[in-house]
Amino acid sequence: MPVFLFLIGFPLLVAVCLLLARSQSLRSVVVVFASIVIAVGALSLMFPAVAGRELPFALPMEALSWTVFALELAVAGFIFALGIRHTRHFVSLLALLQAGLAVVTEVLYGGVIESARPIGADKFSLIMAIIVGIVGSLIAVYSIGYMKAYHGHHTDFRDRRPLFFFLQFVFLSAMFGVFFSNSLSFLLLFWEITTLCSFLLIGYNGTPEARGRAFHALTLNMLGGLAFAGALLYLSATAGTVELDRLLTMEKGAALLPAALLAFAGMTKSAQMPFSSWLLGAMVAPTPVSALLHSSTMVKAGVYLVLRLAPVLRGTVAGTMVALIGGVTFLIASLIAISQSDAKRVLAWSTIANLGLIVLCGGIGTYEALWAGILLILFHAVTKALLFLCVGTYEQKTNTRDIESMSGLITTMPRLSIMIQIGIAGMFLAPFGMLVSKWAVLRALVDSNPLLVVFVVFGSSATLFFWVKWMGKLLQVTTAKPADETGIAGWQWFALSALSALTVALVGFYPVVSAQFIEPYVRSLYGMVTTISQGNIVIMSIMLGMVALFPLTFFVYRRKVRVVEAYLGGANADSSSSFLGAGGKKVEVEMSNYYLTRIFGEKRLMLAGTIACAALIFVMFGVAL
Amino acid sequence: MSPVETLIVAAVAVVAAPFAGGLLSGIDRRLSARMQSRQGPPLLQPFYDVAKLFQKETIVVRRSQNFYIYFFLAFMVFTTALFFTGSDLLLTIFALTLAGIFLVLGAYKASSPYSFIGAERELLMMMAYEPMVLLTGVGMYLVTRSFIVADIARYPQILAQYLPGLFLGFVFALLFKLRKSPFDLSASHHAHQEIVRGITTEFSGRTLALIEIAHWYETTVVLGIVALFFASVPWLAAVVTAAVFFLVIFVDNVFARVKWQLALASAWIVAVALGVGNILVVFFLR
Repeated sequence: MPVFLFLIGFPLLVAVCLLLARSQSLRSVVVVFASIVIAVGALSLMFPAVAGRELPFALPMEALSWTVFALELAVAGFIFALGIRHTRHFVSLLALLQAGLAVVTEVLYGGVIESARPIGADKFSLIMAIIVGIVGSLIAVYSIGYMKAYHGHHTDFRDRRPLFFFLQFVFLSAMFGVFFSNSLSFLLLFWEITTLCSFLLIGYNGTPEARGRAFHALTLNMLGGLAFAGALLYLSATAGTVELDRLLTMEKGAALLPAALLAFAGMTKSAQMPFSSWLLGAMVAPTPVSALLHSSTMVKAGVYLVLRLAPVLRGTVAGTMVALIGGVTFLIASLIAISQSDAKRVLAWSTIANLGLIVLCGGIGTYEALWAGILLILFHAVTKALLFLCVGTYEQKTNTRDIESMSGLITTMPRLSIMIQIGIAGMFLAPFGMLVSKWAVLRALVDSNPLLVVFVVFGSSATLFFWVKWMGKLLQVTTAKPADETGIAGWQWFALSALSALTVALVGFYPVVSAQFIEPYVRSLYGMVTTISQGNIVIMSIMLGMVALFPLTFFVYRRKVRVVEAYLGGANADSSSSFLGAGGKKVEVEMSNYYLTRIFGEKRLMLAGTIACAALIFVMFGVAL
Repeated sequence: MSPVETLIVAAVAVVAAPFAGGLLSGIDRRLSARMQSRQGPPLLQPFYDVAKLFQKETIVVRRSQNFYIYFFLAFMVFTTALFFTGSDLLLTIFALTLAGIFLVLGAYKASSPYSFIGAERELLMMMAYEPMVLLTGVGMYLVTRSFIVADIARYPQILAQYLPGLFLGFVFALLFKLRKSPFDLSASHHAHQEIVRGITTEFSGRTLALIEIAHWYETTVVLGIVALFFASVPWLAAVVTAAVFFLVIFVDNVFARVKWQLALASAWIVAVALGVGNILVVFFLR
């Protein structure tokens, strides 16, 4: 059996085991074992000889397509019932419509759709699977310790850990399914399963707030699912095929409307404006969920689909609209992140922004943009997973995730603080991955559409502002306190360390990944490819070497310097943590970051982004029709 | 250029740039003094100052604060080498930004309210000027079809005739980059008292000297970018760069510091109007 098929099946099996495993120790053993297997499986995909690209046997398509159809109806039925039970009738209506579309497609065209290659792997799906396999299994391992502590803190929530881990592994299976499906009807099934997992995990703690947000996420994702089903019906009716690789070779005029529908589905999944609100609401879920579904993997399925469509979207007005939606989302989400002091919300907005950048690449659709977009997925998945897990660990320890409360973290939680700094540096600083990718995006844009450059340069500048001020908060120490990093499980540290190491190591390794996976994929579509020149790689390596020297400075930490209290206008009280204010009263020193809410406030900017992007979507469909 | 030649050019640039920057700083102080009807210090005063600072005791608030400054200087040197060996312009800009971030982090680390506010404001200013600087790189690419500084410098025509908006916008950004009034919000060079010396408040002795030297490098590189706009006619490049430098000093002495709102808004409006406007014209007329 090819490894990729194993990766779809194995997590399902594990999921069932985890549903039955009721004790923490048994669960830990199963999760760790399964994670190792999945990670090794994903890593083995790096070797072409092992990975396999095609199925060695013919699938019983007749039976299989009926199974997929039945499962799709089952998922729709389940969502329909959920909507009825919780009096969310709109969700039920969407489920009903989607089921209707599926039935129409099956009844009218079920027999005539030819299916040459329903499942298979290419370089793009392989690299996606490697990312998800490694990051996903690290997050799963992290969850063991985190969820135990979570229920220790939140005794008011019902402990449903078996369900939690069950869903996590079902989700992983579905993600692999998304990447290895060439048939869009298979892909849709896996797509809907991830939506459902996301819904159940957002609502995990069962509070009315969580349930409300879960339904909000479900509603918006169902809109995308509906568009997806519409694309299937259209393709079945006009082209007689529902296979992704065939869509790319079709005549552009015929492929454009289904591509626009699929891009719409991708943008709902990736929380692009005007759909961004669901991802922010999803932050109510336990942090590993935010890391796994809402930053590193599930939302990547959306941009994965958009990037898949790049050859169709390239050079079309509809593609330009997609690119503009991505650009506007990138800019506005980056600006809003300035005004946020809740660490998880900063991460959420930054995730939305970076997904926007990837969507922008897909919409442009040139070979340079596609290369940059895939690179962005790679770096973002690793770095953001690290940051989310760090914030989760911080919250577990302190019960808050306010960035303002993080001052002096370098003394109270030195290891965690350094990991957050690695993550932040990875997100925006030269020579780390995200900057390399942003640079690639800029280069891709100057040749095709300089107007879009504007979104990138302004958005990037905002990015710089909100990341550095967070980093500064970690470094600034008013009164040094003793370090205390107890109570964090060993597996949590393991996952955090591995992700930190990956963030740094990828800077050195990405040229290899690019040469092995991204370049061959791009070349297979366009016949040409871009890459970063040898000279620039050398320069980036020197920079990385220089940055890597920084920890060495701590060897001279005790070097002879005179340590004094900070200057407080000459009015220091006993130390520099307080000063003598008016009337000789002692006042504590407080330093807090700029949030500039009056300019970059969430409400106003989000409204602007929503209106702009909604209009762009209308134009996109208008020109695709 | 062969690798050996590149190394030689880099070495020369790295050695010469602080002398150029220091001299410019001396000229700046003389000119400023004359504009204020003062005599002003000797031309070489910045060098004397730095030499003296090296002999002073190093005083810190947080033991690690100086480490960030070493890296600020190291990356400024690296940026200078990148620029004058004719490397990728965008990469040079990123290295310049990285250097600036180390300075900001050092100020955060120092943990005094004055350096903290200086760091916040410096970041705000970075956010204000960064788009204009990046757009300059993009604009130069659109005309010359290359991001490589060496290629841009060899372009046979005067870039500024295609990029007048970008040129003016870049000069405007220079006021931010060199922390000149009206945009000297983060580190007041004049006797404004409300934030003491802002970002450098808690640095002293040798470390303060290093900040000064890094600033000399910074001045040289950004003026180098100004010269790039006229690179095909070297004498004109020299004249224009000198004129721009004079203008910056003049503006520094004429205008009072503005609030951050106005600084940010004006920088972004200039970047959109002059920068983006210019780029669109170039792109569609090409």
